[in-house]
Amino acid sequence: MSTTEMLTSGRLQLALHTLSEGEGRPLLLLHGLGEVSPAERPSWTSMWPGPVLALDFTGHGRSDVPVGGGYMPESLMADVDAVLAAKGPCTIVGRGIGAWVGLLISGARPELVRGVVLADGAGLVGGGPQPPSPYVQVLPAAAYPTPDPYALLELSRDVRPPDYALDFVRFALEGSDLDHPIVVSARNRPDWLAAVADEIDVLDLPLTEAIALFAGL
Amino acid sequence: MQGDQTRDHPGARPPDRTGRVDSSGLSLAVNEWGEPDAPMLCLVHGGFDFSRTFDVFAPMLADGGWRVVAWDARGHGDSDHAHYYSWAADVRDHLAAITQLADGPVPVIGHSKGGGQMLDLLDARPSIATAFVNLDGLPSHFSAPDINDRERRRMRRDDLTSTLDRRRRRNELSRRPDTIEGLAGRRAPMNPRLSREWLEYLVTVGARLDDDGWRWKIDPVLHLGGFGPWRPNWSMEHLANLDLPFLGVLSGVVDDPMGWKSRPGDIAPFLPPDGRVEFFDDIGHFLHIEQPRLIADMVLEFLEPLR
Repeated sequence: MSTTEMLTSGRLQLALHTLSEGEGRPLLLLHGLGEVSPAERPSWTSMWPGPVLALDFTGHGRSDVPVGGGYMPESLMADVDAVLAAKGPCTIVGRGIGAWVGLLISGARPELVRGVVLADGAGLVGGGPQPPSPYVQVLPAAAYPTPDPYALLELSRDVRPPDYALDFVRFALEGSDLDHPIVVSARNRPDWLAAVADEIDVLDLPLTEAIALFAGL
Repeated sequence: MQGDQTRDHPGARPPDRTGRVDSSGLSLAVNEWGEPDAPMLCLVHGGFDFSRTFDVFAPMLADGGWRVVAWDARGHGDSDHAHYYSWAADVRDHLAAITQLADGPVPVIGHSKGGGQMLDLLDARPSIATAFVNLDGLPSHFSAPDINDRERRRMRRDDLTSTLDRRRRRNELSRRPDTIEGLAGRRAPMNPRLSREWLEYLVTVGARLDDDGWRWKIDPVLHLGGFGPWRPNWSMEHLANLDLPFLGVLSGVVDDPMGWKSRPGDIAPFLPPDGRVEFFDDIGHFLHIEQPRLIADMVLEFLEPLR
């Protein structure tokens, strides 16, 4: 039976679910674009000894919806930073957009992210390495149910140049005391992720092996 | 707070009308100058500015026979503060404003960031405009191109950390109160070529007077800088795609702290067929404030065939 607490991130409230209790460092799950946190602890986390947490990103699940959109992956990174501020160091598994955000936060807070696993899921590709064809659309004001249509629109079009991704890899490698703070488990490899996976010191492992690696730290 | 809390500035004229438009639930403040039945044109301000910074320039255009409409970007001036700020959200707000305020396509004038954002919008929605004037809002390269990749990465790392730290303190942030003179002095490093008299006037139209002093209305979470994958040369791709009368006006003052420092040679390869660029090496980034008569006359002449 999971429990939910609300965290404050700027002017928004975020839903953080505890899928299972445990001692030690939490495993934090980040869902894909348009998804919500799982209701129960996924089977592939079974070897994790500590608590298993799952965050609903802004505009998703039970988290708040911002008025008028304006989403960027970097703002979802701040969502994760709010969890790190509240819970301390975590290991992260990110699916899809959660993988991209997981990479960003691993570079931004290398001392607090004790390993990140980048996994397949919705929103893994984003808008590609170059700006996609321009598209501007105003959606009517409404009390949007989640997922917020603006989240779906904006977070599927953000540009992800490989060299930008590699900056965050280097921040993570320079700032972490782990030898291999980043593991790629995704089978899909958009340009940014292929570049990350090609980096020396980034491991390429199946999801369960990646979690076992970080569980053993 | 003692003393005179008003300021005048030669040629400055408050808007003839004010209003609001909605952008997906956010309320944006609108200011208008000129006769309500005159042909309309839009003015789009830059970052950390607000529509009342057009208080001299807009009346000149209005006196030239236009209904001049400008709005405050989200978080700026009298518009709502937002949960999120982004380039794409600003672009969308501009579209919402133009489509609500105009009956059809209109000329658009954008300064600085507002000009850069209009490049994006007009590439996506070319049917909303009849002409585009861009006032020193043509990003073509990073304004400090001599920084090497290692240094740029270090700066990005620093920006990243400070932005997240700032975000954690977001609910504690507020603008510092001050006197009119104090606020003007704090803005001066961003506007070193503009007179103190003008900056003090700006305080009286862009700040609010609280019990403990004047505060800029701009959302305290907004700050210069930041990080992200954006590249200035992407804007040049939008410029090349335009198919409407285009006038770009560039400042060539290299020690002005604001602006992208693009030169005519950076822009020329991407100019649309009907495009033209004017370059002034003796006018700073805020061309329309520093030399309002010169710029207004140039714009009026450029737009005259459309009236």
